[in-house]
Parts: sequence; C-alpha cells; structure tokens
Amino acid sequence: MVRSLTRTAALIGRARREYAGQVEQVGTVGLWLLIGLLLVVGVVYARQYLVTGIIVGSIIALGALGITLIYGILKFGHFAHGDMMMFGAYVALGAFVGGGSIGPLSFGWGMILAIFVSMTALGAGSIAIDRLVYRPLRQRGSSAVVLAIASLGVAIVLRAVMLLWWGPDQQLYVSGIHPAKDFPFDIKLKPDQIFIVATAFLLMTLVYLLLFRTKMGKAMRAMSDNADLARVTGIDTEQVVMWTWIIGGALAAVAGILLGIQSNMKPELGFTLLLPLFAGAVLGGLGSPQGAFVGAMIVGISQEVFVGIDLPFPPFGVPGYKPAVAFGILILILLVRPRGLFGKT
Amino acid sequence: MRVLEARDVVSGYGEVEILHGVSIGVEEGEIVTIIGPNGAGKSTLMKTMFGLLPVRKGKVFFAGEDVTGLAPQVMVGKGMCYVPQSDNVFPTLTIHENLEMGAFIRRDNYRGRMQEIYGLFPDLAERRGVRAGKLSGGQRQMLALARALMLEPRVLLLDEPSASLAPNMVELVFAKIQEINRSGVAMVMVEQNARHALALSHRGYVLAMGQNRLEGTGEGLLNNEEVGKLYLGG
Repeated sequence: MVRSLTRTAALIGRARREYAGQVEQVGTVGLWLLIGLLLVVGVVYARQYLVTGIIVGSIIALGALGITLIYGILKFGHFAHGDMMMFGAYVALGAFVGGGSIGPLSFGWGMILAIFVSMTALGAGSIAIDRLVYRPLRQRGSSAVVLAIASLGVAIVLRAVMLLWWGPDQQLYVSGIHPAKDFPFDIKLKPDQIFIVATAFLLMTLVYLLLFRTKMGKAMRAMSDNADLARVTGIDTEQVVMWTWIIGGALAAVAGILLGIQSNMKPELGFTLLLPLFAGAVLGGLGSPQGAFVGAMIVGISQEVFVGIDLPFPPFGVPGYKPAVAFGILILILLVRPRGLFGKT
Repeated sequence: MRVLEARDVVSGYGEVEILHGVSIGVEEGEIVTIIGPNGAGKSTLMKTMFGLLPVRKGKVFFAGEDVTGLAPQVMVGKGMCYVPQSDNVFPTLTIHENLEMGAFIRRDNYRGRMQEIYGLFPDLAERRGVRAGKLSGGQRQMLALARALMLEPRVLLLDEPSASLAPNMVELVFAKIQEINRSGVAMVMVEQNARHALALSHRGYVLAMGQNRLEGTGEGLLNNEEVGKLYLGG
C-alpha cells in the first residue's frame, strides 16, 4: 500500500517535471475559462451576489494593491496588512464626529474628514514601524522569511492595541437602518455601497497614475524590477521605501474604513482578511499592481457568487465556506501558475 | 589630470580578500582596459572604486578628491557612473523610462540631454515606448550605456560590455564606446574580449591574483609577448 503510494507520487512528480510548460499553458487557459464561467454564472443566476462581490472585491483590491507594492519593493509578504486595515477603520472611528450630510449616504462630510485623518495616521505610522522594525532588519541583511515573521509580530501588536483601546465588541460608524434602493436587473444597492466602489476605483486610478506618470512611481517600479540596479543608477532607495509605506498604509486605511462601512469593525477581522488579500495578490501575480486589482476582484466575486448559487453541496450556498473558496483559488493558482496571472517569470 | 585613481586598494567579499593592494589611474578622456585571468579581481576593483564594496585599505580619488568609502549614490552625483555586466536595464520599464531613471538624481531640466542621447542612439529613439525586457542583448547593452550617460559623467565604468553578445553586436558596442569616449568621457573597462578591447584603449592594466602585473599602452600590451601568451590566446 505504502509502496504503491510512493510509486504513484514519484510518477506524478516526474510527469509534472516533464510537462511543466504544458501544465502552465493549459492551466492558464483553464483558469481564464473558469473565471469567465464564474462571471457568466454570476450574471445569470446570482446577480445580486455578483454585485456584492464587486463591492467586496474593490475593498480587497485596495489592500492587495498595498501588499503587492510592498512585496515588489521590499520582497517580503506583509502579514500585518489586514490588521493595518482594521487599525485604519478604528482610527477613522475615533476621528469621526458626524455632522454634515452627503446626499443619500448614511454619513456626512465628517466621514470624509475621518478618512483623511486615518490615511495620514496610517501613512505616518507605517513609516514609523518601518524605521523601528523593518529597516534595522533590512540593514542587517535579514532574509524575506525573517521580515515576514517580523510583520506577523507587528500584526499581533496592532491587534492587541485595538483590543485595549476600542474593546473586543463589534462597532459601527452609523447605527440605524439604511434601506437599499432598487436598480434595474433586480439589483438592490445601498447608496453607501456605491460610495465604496467609487472611492476604491478613484484611489486605484490615482495609484495607477502615480506609478506610471510620476518620477517616484517610476522609481518604485524600477526598484521592484531590480533593487541593486536602482541603487547603482543613483535612485534613493530609502526614499522609495518610504513612499511605498505611505501609499500602502494610506490604502490600507481606506480599505479598512470601506469595510467598516460595508459591514462592521472588530479587531480580529483584520487577521481573517489576510487570506482573501493574499489570494488576490498571488492570483494576480505578486509585485504586479494590475494583477492585484484583477486578482482581488476575482477573489471577491467568487466568494460571493459561490454563496449565491443554490446547490445542495459545499462550497455552494453557505456563507461559512467563503474562506474555503479563497483558499481553493490560492491552491489552484499555486499549482497551475505560481507566478500568477500577470506575474513576471 | 587624473580623473580616477585607485591607490594600493585592498578589498574582497566577507572573509575572502581578493585585491591585495592594486593601483590604477585614469587620465581625463582616456579609455583604460583592465585584463587578467578569471579571479584576478578585475570586477572587484571596479565595484570597490564605485563604492559597492568597502575599501579595506588604500584610497580612491576622483578628480583629485578623496572619495574612499563613499556610497554609489554619492559617486553618481560626483560624475562616476557604472554599468553592471548583466541585468543592467529595468525590464518592465520602457526605454524612455529607463533613461528617466538614469537621470533620477538630476534636479534640473534634462530634456536637452535626453535629445542628445537619442541622437547618439537612434535605434533607441525609434523604440522609446518599448519595454526594455523585449530588447535583444545588444540593444539592452546600448540602453544600459545610454542610461549611464544621462548624468553626463566624467568617468564611465563598464563591466564586460561585450559579454554574451553576438559577434556583430560586439563590434557595434565597441564602436559606440569609442564614439562616447571621443565626446570626452573617460572609460574604464573590464573585458574578456581582451584583444579587441586593448586595440581601442589608450592604456591597459594586467591584474593577476589580486595584484598589478603589467601596465602599458593598449598597443604595447597587445604586442607584449607575456600578455600574448597568457591572456590573448597565443
């Protein structure tokens, strides 16, 4: 029994090595077909869930964009990103004083102000954490694993601070009932949800312009390509690192606030967010900003659409299987195309 | 005047000492080639002068100024640029963006310089929107040279500019190096293709086992019996 198992494993291993190229080609085509199928099924059978998926996907995309930028520049997986998002949500809660009103939204101008306060705080906080934790490790030449574990430590500290300051119970920005409005094609949407998607897309457009139109953005892409060459060329790599943290931190803050608007806040929520965040970033290809957007959208949409399809077996129909869907996507992409949809070879 | 000078430089990696006191000098407007067997310390010398490796003993001077131990970013600002042997372009950036990165530390308007560079490398001008990763080996080498020239350096350090290029591209790259030199830029080259490099060099140095072995004019070294036997393949 054991011998036949090992023999089978060896056979599979050999086949994988021999057909590696084909596996990736066939797998990539298969992956895109699956994504297409998912969208079609969503549009036909689960339109409301598809729309929710786009909302969740745009929130995940803001976080995944930060993860992918940090990975590109500093070459480590930033495991504190989910907790940073939640921290941003809580900072905005602290800064949110209400007041003003914007059309049909559940909040007013006070929220816009709170968003800016939180973005600033998280941007500055990220630099402080880098100076305190990551830069000393970097200067010592620590490996990516050491830096990733350090970020896990930072995540735990952030969560502890949130628990101490704001307590373990879930919190809301604005309580009360905010009814959804009817839209064509049997879709119901709250005005707040349109705000979420609009804000996320606006910020992603700004990041795109920054990366492709400004000198600092181009330097970020250059350093992501080849950090040694960037240094030799005279690019101030520490300045690039600083801007990466500012952008990553500010995006995380907004992502957390939007999540708080969509559902609620809870200190532990940050950690459970890591899975869809990384699934999105890896699916798109770590280091690729366009990839992070596409990957996060796919993860967000599949999580919701799988719940919306009414089939009597998992992972369909039951919200509890959402993480399993994200995990499934992560495993599939790592098996078939580890560099992701838009990743470099 | 000597634009670049290494005086009794000792350097290496970690525990291993590779250079045991090497001295070279480069006059204004010269092409100087460093040759020697594998492991002689040619690339190490270049990296040490540029500040990529720490100077353990000895001194490095740039235009008479002591620049020993300064970081590459500072060297670049003073007018010394370096082109690594491989991976010397940013593959996902376009040709134009690569050149912009070459001018990263410039605070002035460098549009004029960009036009001059495109004039010097017309092939790059035609394809300025193309990603560098799509270019052939020879074109990449040209782009790497062009990028290093964006800062109008006084000295250019080239680590094996002809390595792994097709023979016809080697000709083109060497011709371009001579053309750049005629515009007044001094060059220090490390080359495997020693015969070819010495032929266009004003002077050359032969290193062996981390020490100076010989020095002379390019022509003198080409005709030297010992150099011929040991390093130029008879």
